[in-house]
Amino acid sequence: MNIVACIKRVPATETQPKPVPDGKGLDHSLVQYMLSFYDEIANEEAIRTKEAHGGEVTVLTLGPADASKEVRDCLARGADKGIILTDPEWHARDSRTTAKALAAKITELGADIAFCGRVATDHDNAAVGPMLATYLGWACVTDVIELNIEGTTGTAKRETEHGIQTYSFNLPAVITCQKGLNEPRYAGLKGIMAAKKKPIDEAAPELASATSEVLDATLPPARPAGRIIGEGPGAVTALLEALRTEAKVL
Amino acid sequence: MSKILVFIEQQGGVASGASREAIGAAASLGAEVLAVTLGDANLSVPATNLIALTGDTFSPDAVAADLAGLAADCDAVFFASTGYGRDLAPRVAALLDCAIFSDCTAVADDGGLVFTRPALAGKLITRLKSSGKAVATLRRNNFQPAEGEAAAKEERPASADMKAILTEITAAAGGKLDVSEAPIIVSGGRGMKEPENFKLIEDLAAAFGNAAVGASRAVVDAGWRPHSEQVGQTGKTVSPQLYFAIGISGAIQHVAGMKTSKVIVAINKDPDAAIFKLADYGIVGDAMEILPVLTEAVKGALAGA
Repeated sequence: MNIVACIKRVPATETQPKPVPDGKGLDHSLVQYMLSFYDEIANEEAIRTKEAHGGEVTVLTLGPADASKEVRDCLARGADKGIILTDPEWHARDSRTTAKALAAKITELGADIAFCGRVATDHDNAAVGPMLATYLGWACVTDVIELNIEGTTGTAKRETEHGIQTYSFNLPAVITCQKGLNEPRYAGLKGIMAAKKKPIDEAAPELASATSEVLDATLPPARPAGRIIGEGPGAVTALLEALRTEAKVL
Repeated sequence: MSKILVFIEQQGGVASGASREAIGAAASLGAEVLAVTLGDANLSVPATNLIALTGDTFSPDAVAADLAGLAADCDAVFFASTGYGRDLAPRVAALLDCAIFSDCTAVADDGGLVFTRPALAGKLITRLKSSGKAVATLRRNNFQPAEGEAAAKEERPASADMKAILTEITAAAGGKLDVSEAPIIVSGGRGMKEPENFKLIEDLAAAFGNAAVGASRAVVDAGWRPHSEQVGQTGKTVSPQLYFAIGISGAIQHVAGMKTSKVIVAINKDPDAAIFKLADYGIVGDAMEILPVLTEAVKGALAGA
């Protein structure tokens, strides 16, 4: 099976963002990066699919050349090769532009299935996966917590606010991966050594013109400083009084 | 704005509050509203026209294709930012080949739609302007819900061209409220010491009646609680009226998912815990001693109200 894991380099969880002087984005000179949390799950599911059905896993990203660090991490865990659609402005691309660039490369690769994280933890749009599937004309199940592939068909369970939905579909398909789908493995020393020899190619992305622009990016207003109203069970009365008369939420 | 399609989620003939907020947002822009729902058209929504897609609507790709077709002459398509809305909206945006704006907290018309939305789990607020047609999902509790009747209603058969097909739904256990929908959330963390002590969290939630149980990443990763309850950057982002963080230290990961709550109460043994910097009201002490007293007090207060 020809399997693609779509991943993204995003600011690390601990990042305390600082907008750039023109106020239109993050000051990326201050940012540490990581592999987006849900993309680890996507890469793991891609590797498990290869282990169950044979084939090859290509790790695909739209990102800077430096994203080779995150791609190499995926290769160390068991993926076979990497492709970076090199774009120094990757963090400013909207979901549509990213999805179209990925779709063009996936078509060229002739893939059977593509895995994406449920959401990238930078823009939090949760849109690239289903947009990618739609541009490819493929089936798509989002927020997947259980997946079974047999031959050219599959079933996937999806987590919603109201319970678990089960979908059936034919390949090719895009699956967006939710926490719970699998437990991503760590890269062992052997994997890290092997990954050094695996190929990572750079290619120029097909970038569609933008259909949106950032007007400004600001820090949210700080919450007023907290107040400790007491210690132990004896403080409960004061708490309820405050919730009722001051906060007016009871 | 001349015309906006708003997707309406309904249950048993009642439009969801989040969908009525989406109509409110469209109406606030002075747009003509085309409301589209699944099932039948027998429900009350304030729209110029209400179209119900009937028949088998078990495929998000087929529903998206119908919505994109109906949106051909619209300037925008709005969804509530629910699991279903966020599944459908990107597909519709791709079919219309236009921009998508997820989980928006405000929308304005400034010679083009301007959407306000959080990024980096709420650590950054961005305003984005669409240069053409726009698809957006709108975060609940941020827009004025609209009430009223559609001027015209019709039913149309849904597309049967399905790629992925919904075959089964397993309802959430016991009709429990989801953290993303509850007006009150009682969340527990490592400070609860062991999974059995979450009974105290559940009791407090039950005392409120309209509260959901939440959990920190640490206790979900430890297998104490299901992932569906996790609040935080790798769980759900919530903004209830009242949020209890109990035995939760206040890691960035967790705070990112709940800091827009209206009122935050923290209970923690450690007076230096980061959560106290954020909490409107804090109690220092052992949650296992405080919770039973708090639960009884809440019961008493609500019975007397």
